[in-house]
This record gives sequence, structure tokens and C-alpha cells, in this order.
Amino acid sequence: MSAESDLIVRLDGVAKSFGAVHALDGVSLDLRAGECLGLVGHNGAGKSTLMNVLSGNLLPDTGAIVIAGQDVTAGYSPQTAMQRGVRCVYQELSLCPNLTVAENARISHPAIAGFGWRRAARALIGAKLDEVFPGHGISTNDVVGDLSIARRQMVEIARAFAVTDTPARVVILDEPTSSLDAVVAEKLLKHVRRYVEGGGTCVLISHLLGEVLETSDRIAVMRDGGVVALDAARSFTRNSLVAAMGSVAETQTAAAADGAVIRDGAPVTLRATPSAPETLTLTAHKGEVVGLAGLSGQGQTELLVRVFEHAPGTDVSGNVSLVAGDRQSDGVFPLWSIAENVSIGSLRQFLDGFLLNHDKAFEFSNRWKDKIGIRTPDMADPILSLSGGNQQKALFARALGAPAEIIVMDDPMRGVDVGTKQEVYAMIREEAQKGRTFLWYTTEMDELRNCDHVYVFREGAIVADLTRAEMTEERVLHASFRADA
Amino acid sequence: MSALAKFGKQPWLWAWVGAIAVWAATAAYTGGTGSGQVMSAALTFGAFFVIVALGQMFVITLGPGNVDLSVPACMTLAGTVAMKSMDGSGAMLPLGLLLALAIGLSVGAINYSLIRLLRIPPIIATLSSSFIYQSAAIWWNRGLRVKPPTELAEFTTAKIAGIPVIALCVVVLAAIGHVVLTRTLYGRGVIAIGQNPRAAHLAGVKVERIRAATYMLSATLAGLCGYLLAGFSGGAALNMGEEYLLSSIAVVVIGGTSVAGGYANVPGLWGAALFLFLLVTMLNTMGAGAGVRLVLTGLIIIGVIVAASGGKRTT
Repeated sequence: MSAESDLIVRLDGVAKSFGAVHALDGVSLDLRAGECLGLVGHNGAGKSTLMNVLSGNLLPDTGAIVIAGQDVTAGYSPQTAMQRGVRCVYQELSLCPNLTVAENARISHPAIAGFGWRRAARALIGAKLDEVFPGHGISTNDVVGDLSIARRQMVEIARAFAVTDTPARVVILDEPTSSLDAVVAEKLLKHVRRYVEGGGTCVLISHLLGEVLETSDRIAVMRDGGVVALDAARSFTRNSLVAAMGSVAETQTAAAADGAVIRDGAPVTLRATPSAPETLTLTAHKGEVVGLAGLSGQGQTELLVRVFEHAPGTDVSGNVSLVAGDRQSDGVFPLWSIAENVSIGSLRQFLDGFLLNHDKAFEFSNRWKDKIGIRTPDMADPILSLSGGNQQKALFARALGAPAEIIVMDDPMRGVDVGTKQEVYAMIREEAQKGRTFLWYTTEMDELRNCDHVYVFREGAIVADLTRAEMTEERVLHASFRADA
Repeated sequence: MSALAKFGKQPWLWAWVGAIAVWAATAAYTGGTGSGQVMSAALTFGAFFVIVALGQMFVITLGPGNVDLSVPACMTLAGTVAMKSMDGSGAMLPLGLLLALAIGLSVGAINYSLIRLLRIPPIIATLSSSFIYQSAAIWWNRGLRVKPPTELAEFTTAKIAGIPVIALCVVVLAAIGHVVLTRTLYGRGVIAIGQNPRAAHLAGVKVERIRAATYMLSATLAGLCGYLLAGFSGGAALNMGEEYLLSSIAVVVIGGTSVAGGYANVPGLWGAALFLFLLVTMLNTMGAGAGVRLVLTGLIIIGVIVAASGGKRTT
């Protein structure tokens, strides 16, 4: 199994710095045929940077990349990576939003050419989508920009697995399930196992330790730009992984406050009814954390945006701020610094008369840097210098720092590591106790356990209304599917 | 060193470098004679460019597709209506100014309504509406040139210590524009919208209010420019705004503002306005024919923009 001939990729002493930040500190890693390597670590540990080196997007400062026994370091680029069968599904998706699903498939498969290319591209991507995600509901003629983030993720994944003239020997999946609900994620992980058993190689980066432990053959743990542990998956447990990543073992989620108590005593801060027929109405009380559950893309985001806009059909008392989950299209201002991205949500606080006091705004964002632990030497650095999870923290800081009584969160933990998640959960609980109301759309079952009350969405409507005591995984899943489906 | 390096990266730097280089070249060619007058003329004409470019800069910063093509027609309409209403009387001066500004404001409001209510792309909306404004100007005074009040003519040509008064006023106007861009909620909002309108909306920026204000600001500044230019050039003419269509955009872009939106700066407007005027002057002085002049103008503008973008264009 571990014979030299199985060796597909060898990364040898790869180092990469961005200014003063050592993103990679001499990493060596082997990938073998027929294995799935799990890659875990905190936000900013260097996982995405390492994979960007392997897929040719970043040139290493020192070190070598060896593919199938050949040193390819000199002039390595995304094109050579593709030719040698290295595919990557990026955390920040790389599809062109103005093109259709089929046209996007054609971009990374130049072998499709000549008359009838559109038909060939449709057949290629359609078949792969059917294979990996049966029942996906995506048409190959859909324009990518119109798809939900979960469906865009599915297209990106199917495109990476699709084969034309170059083989798909190594497929890198960077946080592939962060936008997918449990059911779709399961389909993907099953496909990964089938692919690996057929001789392929897969790198799976995820903050969901359960799926890494279940799916991987070996697991590498990264910390501060280096690999600190590497062993067979079965020799790790959830706790030993967390310990290796360098944070205290996860304590059992603090039990949410007794929902009934809040419901009975506190005034209603908002009511919202989805526009779909035959739906229940969502009600949130002051100081409550209300969960929006269900499969992804069932109208949860739409309802959050309507609450944010105080749109007709909602009755909202108070200011609302929003934590975007789809950070590329809904959250980040790419030309601005981290500080500017954080302070945009609360600019009024920094007014001296008519004019903004930039020093005050910078001080404010520095306080949030410490409070939420944004990993950066300087908040004046560009937001895009941060890893995905740290960008997400900046968006949290923007919303929590804003003077809003109600905070709506659109699946906000995408790409956030375990340790930070626990801190943010605690922060949400603390803010709720101070009287803020939270609406929290999430596709992760574990996060629903932090909520006082849960509404389950299906096809744009609210189909179940569960108190904290009634909420179990079975009930949520049961409500997520139609009785006749 | 790092302060110097930072200075070297200022996006407006290259427009100023270009302006000074072209001026120096002209002075060297003529042996220094008349270079004072050239600079004085550049300051006057540059001032008119900067007034409209300031408004255009805010519009362009709103992001891809946002541009105000009604600037020339708005200038013409405001200029003709104001001149005819004042009819050469100095007492009517403030009224004429108010009228010009009000026309600008209404033009901006109409432009924005077309964009918002009828969902017409800004390029089409402002271009098509400008035909209406231009026709209104023709209909208003039948193409006659009405003389401006002498007080207005004197103001626009007055000089203090050899420096045109109008240039000093527009320097103050640009300084205000700079503060509005960098230190007000409105300015931050414009820059946020230009980077990502959906994210701006979801971060609590009042997107539509700011877009409306921006189109109104642009047209109001165009109205002001039409009023002053009519005073300067001895009356409003129907083609007075013509060259301001492309130059208002060129000044913004050469000045280092991003055409893709979300990034703007004011100092570059002055540098670019002086550069454009001095460039044409230099080529005239050197006796270049019309064809050569246009070719060289194009090439030199491309050169400055490439120099200004420096190492950033790696792709």
C-alpha cells in the first residue's frame, strides 16, 4: 500500500511568506494513490496556502514539488497542475458568475472544442453532477450567478471530478461541505470514498472533524505554517485532533438557556412570515437565539434578508445587522483594509459632527481584533490578506460591533475553525443575555443546539416550530423532507 | 524611506508628474517665454474640467456601468437658461446661479429616476436624456448667444497675483470634495457600493439614496460649470459642453480613480486636468498638425495610465 510506486505527489520543504507572515514554514507532505488525506488546523494555519502551492496558484519561496517522480517546481502553474491531474475545489469558489454551468465546465476542460462543444460540456458536467449529487436539481443551462451558494459549490466539485483528456489524479477539496447541508455533504463524502477506492487521491480540508475522521485514511494536522501531526486516521480521536491543533478540547456545548423562560417573560422583537403558502410564522423574543434549520437553500437566507430590510410581511422592532455567510458576494469589500471592513457597519459611532474620525474607527476595529481573535499583524492590511475563516471573523466583528438590537446570521460559520466557533458561540450567548435577538440560519446540526428555538424550512415555507426541549436531529430531518418524498 | 515609498504609490502622482513634465517641455521649447501665461490659462481651463470631473468621479466610483453622459447637455441647458434669464443684468447674478444649480439638480433627479424607475442602464439613460436637455436648450433661446453680465465675465477672468480667481475657488471646491469622499458617511458609502453593491446594502449602507445623491451632485456641478463657462466665454453656446463629455471621464481616469469603481481620489483630478490642457498646448506650440496632435494625445494618455498602474497590472 505504502510502496514508493504509489507515491503521487511529494511536497518537500515548501516555504512561503507574505511579507512578515510565514504562511508555510518548510512543509513536507506525501500523497499516495488510493488515499484520502484529511487536512485540519486553525484558521490561518496554512492549509489553504499549502493547497494553493500544490495547485499552482502560488509559487513556493523554497522547496520542491514532485509529481509522479518528476520535479516540476520550476515554472509550475495552474496549467501544469491541471495537465498533471491536480484539481482543486477552492474555498472561495472560482466559477464565473455570468456564465452557465456548462460554459464554466468548458473553461477548465479545454479538450472540449469545436462544433457541438456546448452539448459536450453539458453532457460532461450533467453526468458528473448526477453521479456525485443525485437529485441535485441543477440545470446545466442555469447561469451560475443565479444559483445558491450550495449549488455553486456542487457545480465546482463536479467540475473538478469530471475527466476529459487529462486524468483527475489528485482532487483537493478545500472546505467542500461548508455550504452544503448534511444530506448533500453525505453524498459528496460517499463519492470521495468511491473515487479513492478506484485509485484516486483526495485531500480533504475541513473544520468538521467528524467527517474528516470518517472519510480520511490519513490525517495531517497543521499549526502555524507547519505539519505538527501526521498519522493514520484511526489513530486519532476528535479530542486528540483538537489537542494537536493546539486548542483546549471542546467542552460540551453549554446548554442553551431554558427557552420557555425567555419566551414567557420577554417581549416579541420580531415576527416574519415567508412568502410561500401554508407556512408558519417565525417569532423571536428579546434575548432569544432563534435557529433557522432545514436543508440548504429552502428560503432561510431570503427570510433573513427580508428581516434585514424590514420588508412587508415582517414586523421588526429595532435595528438589524447581518453576518453574511457567502462572504464573497454578500460580505467583503475587497479593496478595503480589515479595519475598514469591520467599521463600515457602525460608522455613525465615529462621527465628530459631520466628519468621520478615522482614528476612532481604527481603534474600534483593533478592539474587535483582540476580542474575536483576527489573526493579522496589522488591521490596516488588506482584507484579502486574511484566510477565509479570518475574513469571516471580521464580518462577525462588523455585525456584533454595530448598534443593532437584532442580528441575523446567514450560515456564518463557513470555514471557521473549532476553537473560534466555541468562542463565537459564547459571544452570541453573552450578547443574547444582554438583550440582543439572534436569527441564526445554519446547516450544521451542532449549531442548532445553541439555539433556544428552532424553525425548520422546506421549499420556502416554515414547516416546523420546535422548542429547545423538542429539538432533536430526527425531528429536524423529518421535517426537512416531505412526507411523500 | 517607507514614507517616500508610500508617496511613490499615490495614484494621483503620475498625473502631476505628467503635467509638470509637459509644462517643462513646452517652456524648454519656447525658451521660457510665455510659460507663465500658459500656466495661467491651464489653471483657468483646468478649473472648468475639475468642476465636472469631480461629479463624474463620484458617479464612476459607484461601480461598473455608472457614468454620467448628460454632462455636456446639462451644462448647455443650465448655461443658456441662466444667461437668458439674467439678460446681461448684474443684479440678476445670484438668481442666475440659483437657476443653473436648480436645473442641474433637476437633471440629476430625472437621470436617476430613469435609471431607478425604468431600470435603464445609466449609460443609456443619461445619453438619451441628454438629447432632451439639448433640445430644450435649443428651444429656449433659438440658438442665440446672449451676453453674460459683465460682473460674471469679470469674475471668471479675474486674477490675484497672476493666479486666476476661478482656479482658487475650484481648489477650495476640490478640497471640499476630498473631505466629502474620505470623511463623510456619504463618501464611504459611495466607495463601498463601488466595490460590492450587495455587500454594501447588507452592511447597512443606504444604496439607493446614495446613488440618487451622486447623480444629482454630478449634474449640479455640471450646471455650475455651464454657468461659469458661459460667463467666461462671452455667452452660452449650444456646443459649449461638447469637449466635456470625454474629458470629464478622461480626467477622472488619468487622475488615478478606478474605472471599475470602489476607489477614487481628488488630487489626481487637478493633476489630470492640467496635464490634458498642457499636453494640447505643447503640441500646438511645437506646431504639430491636427492629425499628429490627436495621435500623440492618445499615446501620451495611454503612457500615463500605464505608468500610474505600475506593477499592479500583473495579469
